[in-house]
Amino acid sequence: MSLKIMNKTTRSNMITYAMVIIAFVIVQVLIGNGSISSRLQGQLVPICAYIVMAISLNLTVGVLGELSLGHAGFMSAGAFSGIVVASCLSQNTDNEPLILVISMIVGGVVAAIVGFLVGVPVLRLSGDYLAIVTLAFGEIIKGIVNNLYVGLDGSGLHVSLIKNTVEMTDGTMLINGPMGLTTIPRVASFTAGFILILVCLFVIFNLVNSKSGRAIMALRDNRIAAQSVGINVTNYKLMAFVISAAMAGMAGVLFTANFSTVVASKFDFNTSILILVFVVLGGLGNMRGSIIAATVLTVLPEVLRSFSDYRMLVYAIVLIVMMLATNNPTLKQGISMIISKLKGKNSAKGGSANV
Amino acid sequence: MSKLVPIPSTGFLNERDIGQTPVLEATHLGIEFGGLKAVDDFNLTVGRTEIAGLIGPNGAGKTTVFNLLTKVYQPTHGTILLDGIDTHGMNAIQVNKAGIARTFQNIRLFSSLSVEDNVKLGLHNHTHYSTLEGILRLPRYWQEEKRTHERALELLSIFDMQHLANHKAGSLPYGAQRRLEIVRALATEPKLLLLDEPAAGMNPSETEELMENIRKIRDTFQIAILLIEHDMQLVTGICEGIAVLNYGKIIAKGTPKEVINNPDVIRSYLGE
Amino acid sequence: MIFLSHLISGISLGSIYAIIALGYTMVYGIAKMLNFAHGDVIMVGAYICFFATMSYGWHPIMGVLLSMVVCTLLGIVIDRLAYKPLRQAPALAVLITAIGMSYFLQNSAQLLWTSSPKVFPSVIGNGSVKLFDGALAIPHVTIVTIVVCLVIMSGLVFFVNKTRVGKSMRAVSEDKSAAQLMGINVNSTISMTFAIGSALAAIAGVLLCSAYPTLTPTTGAMPGIKAFTAAVFGGIGSIPGALVGGILLGIVEIFAKAYISTQLSDAIVFAVLIVVLIVKPTGLLGKKISEKV
Repeated sequence: MSLKIMNKTTRSNMITYAMVIIAFVIVQVLIGNGSISSRLQGQLVPICAYIVMAISLNLTVGVLGELSLGHAGFMSAGAFSGIVVASCLSQNTDNEPLILVISMIVGGVVAAIVGFLVGVPVLRLSGDYLAIVTLAFGEIIKGIVNNLYVGLDGSGLHVSLIKNTVEMTDGTMLINGPMGLTTIPRVASFTAGFILILVCLFVIFNLVNSKSGRAIMALRDNRIAAQSVGINVTNYKLMAFVISAAMAGMAGVLFTANFSTVVASKFDFNTSILILVFVVLGGLGNMRGSIIAATVLTVLPEVLRSFSDYRMLVYAIVLIVMMLATNNPTLKQGISMIISKLKGKNSAKGGSANV
Repeated sequence: MSKLVPIPSTGFLNERDIGQTPVLEATHLGIEFGGLKAVDDFNLTVGRTEIAGLIGPNGAGKTTVFNLLTKVYQPTHGTILLDGIDTHGMNAIQVNKAGIARTFQNIRLFSSLSVEDNVKLGLHNHTHYSTLEGILRLPRYWQEEKRTHERALELLSIFDMQHLANHKAGSLPYGAQRRLEIVRALATEPKLLLLDEPAAGMNPSETEELMENIRKIRDTFQIAILLIEHDMQLVTGICEGIAVLNYGKIIAKGTPKEVINNPDVIRSYLGE
Repeated sequence: MIFLSHLISGISLGSIYAIIALGYTMVYGIAKMLNFAHGDVIMVGAYICFFATMSYGWHPIMGVLLSMVVCTLLGIVIDRLAYKPLRQAPALAVLITAIGMSYFLQNSAQLLWTSSPKVFPSVIGNGSVKLFDGALAIPHVTIVTIVVCLVIMSGLVFFVNKTRVGKSMRAVSEDKSAAQLMGINVNSTISMTFAIGSALAAIAGVLLCSAYPTLTPTTGAMPGIKAFTAAVFGGIGSIPGALVGGILLGIVEIFAKAYISTQLSDAIVFAVLIVVLIVKPTGLLGKKISEKV
C-alpha cells in the first residue's frame, strides 16, 4: 500500500522529468529542420528562466505556503552579480559553458545570501505582512541596482553608488546605473536552460520528499502543531526561502546572459507578479503545472501578436476568467458537468495532493 | 492502581513513583493576560508513570495550563521542572525536545499530508540525515526513511491504524483524527504526554477503547500522561490522581473518589 | 524654512497616499483581500476628470463629481463581476483576479486613451500662499489636498462610527458570519465599501494629477503600491492607521528625496516600512492578532 503511494509520487515526478526532456528533444528537432520562427527561438531561453522562476517561487508559495511578491528581486541580485563575474571571466577565457556555470553559481550564491539577509528579520512575519515586506525588498533591490555603477579595467573592478564616479582610462562599464548591464557576454543557451530546469526539479522533488520537505509542508499546514512536535519553524522557513532565492538568482543569470543589455527595472514588481501568476494558474505545489503555465503564458502573448494592441487586454481577461472558472463553486460545477458530459459517464474525481 | 502519598508543596504522588524524580513539578505557575489571572498559583506533581487528570468547568483555564507547560505561552510566574530540569527560557520546540508532547483540543493535524507523514513528522527529531543527504538521496536517506517508515507503521498499530497510512489526514473521521494526534505526539518520544480532551466527540464504545489504549500506552512506553477531559467516566476510570481547576486556581486534588465527593468540586460544577 | 517647505509638501503628498490607502484598508478590513486594481481606479478617475474639463469644458468641481460617480460605479461593477464570485475562494485566487483586473484597466485605458502622456490641468489653479514675507510659498494645491484629506478622514470616521451602514461595515469586518446572522447583508456591505473606496480613489486621482500633472495609463500603479504600503505601515484595516501611515510615508519620501537621494527615495521608503514591520509586525496602529490554541 505504502509502496503504491510512493510509486504514485515518484511516478508523477518521473512524468514531469519526462515531459521536460521530451519537450527539449522536440524543440531541438524542430530547430534542426527550421520549423521554429526566429522570434520564438529567441523566447526559448527566457521560457527556461521563467520556468525556473516559477518552480522556485512555487517552493515558497505552494510548499512553504508564504506569499512572496518580490521574487524578481532575487532574480535581479543573481543576474547582476553573475553577469559581472561573467564579464570578468570572458576577458580570460572563451569557454562559454564554463563562464555560464561559474556565473550561475555566483549568481545563485549571491541571491541566496540576499535571501538569507532578507529572511532572517522578516520570516517571523507571515501572511499579507510577509507579502508586503517581500514586495518592499524587491523594490529596494531594484532601487539599489538602478543606481549602481560598476566598471572594469586593468586594475580591477570599480564600484560606485548613486553618482557615477567610476574613472577608468581604458576599461568598460559593466553596470551603468539606470542603463543597467550594457556589455553582457551572451553565454546563455537553450541547452543550459534545459539542464538548469532539470537540476532545480531534482532539488525540489527530492527536498519535498525528504524529512526537511515534510517539515516545510508541516509548518504550512499548522505552525503550532509543527512546533509542538519539535520542528524548528524558523529554520525550515528560512531554508525554503533561501533555496528558492538561490534558484531565482541562477534563473536571473540565465535570463540576462541571453540579451546584450538588460536594465534593472526589468526585474520589478510586475515581473514578480507575472511569476506568481504562473504559480497560481499552474496550481500551488504543482511543479508540472508551473512549468506548463510558465511556457503557455510566455508563448501566449507572442501567439496573440496578431491581435497586436488587444493582446494584453486578452491576457488580462484570460487571467480573470481562468481564476473565476477554477475557483467559483457554481462555475466549477458547471464546467465539470460539461466535461463529464463530453467524456460520457465517467467523471473521475482526481485527487491532486501530490507535489 | 496505586495509592497517593502526600508530598510537600504540591500535593500527592502515587506510591509506585515515589523515590524517582517526578516527571513534572509545576510550582506557583501563573499567567496574566492584561491583568486577568487566567491561571494562578498552579501546583502539580506528576509521577513518572502516572496517569493524571485535570478537570474543571469550561473556561477554568485547563487548556491554558497545557499552553504554559508546552510554552505556547510563557508563564509570568512560577517554575516548571521537567524530569528535574527547569524549563525556564525554553520555547515550544525545546520543551518538546526535552520531553513533553501534546494533543490539541481543536485538532491540529497536518491535514493535507498523509497519515504516515504526520507520524513521520512526530519522528522528525529522531530521523537522522541532513537536508543535503536528503536532496542527493545518499545511503543514509534510504536507511533512515525505511526505518522511519517502519516505526511509523508500528506506532500507528497502537490504534490499529496501519491500513490508513496513505490516507490524507484531513479526510479521516473525527475519532481517527484524535487518535492520529496521539500517535504523532507519541512519536516524539515524550516523557510526559498531554492529552487535551482525547475523548471529545467519541461515542461510549470508542471512549471505552480509548481508555484501554491510554493505559496500554502508559504501560508500553512507561511514560506519564496528563489529560484534560470532561467525560467523568473516563477520568475516574483511568486517572490515578486528579486536580480540579476553577477560575484559574486548583480547588481540589486527590484520588478520583476523593475529588468527586469534594463539596467544593460539586459546587463549582453545579453552581452555588 | 526649506525644511518647513519640505515638511508641508511631505504632508500634502502623504495626504494623497492616505486617501488612496483608505480604499485599500477598508476593502482589506471587510473583504480581507488586497485589491490591486485600486491604483488603476485612481488613473481612471483622473482620466474622466481630464476629459470632462478639457474636452467638454466642464467646471473642475463638476469634473471631480463626474469622476467620483464613474469610479463608484466602476468599483461596484468590478466587485460584482470579478470579486463577488470568489468570496469563498482562497485568498491567492482573489489576489490574482485583482491583478488581472489591474492589467485589464491599464490596457483598456491604453486602448481608449493611448499611452501618450496627457498634461493634466490643475483643477485648483497654480497660485500659492506666501508666508514670512515670501520666504515660504505654499501652492494652493498643497493646501487644498491637506484640507480635503482631513475632511474625508473626519467624514469617514463619523460615517463608520455613527451611521447604520458604517456600523454594519464594522460588524462585517469583525465577523462575517455573525454579521450575517444579525441580518446584515454582507454582500451589499462589501459592495458599499468598494463604492466608497473607489469614490475616494477618484478624488485622489484628481489631486495626484493636480500636483504631478502627467497622466498615463500607468499613473496609478506606483502610487497604488505606495499607498498600499502606507496602509500596512499604519496597520492595515485601521482608518486612522491609513492617515498616519500615508502622511508619514509622504514625509519620509519627500525628505529622502530632499536630503538623501532622489533616485533612492523609493528604496528608502520601503526600507522604513520594513523596519517598522520588524519592530511592530502589525503596523503602527494595527491590532495584535493572536491565534487561539
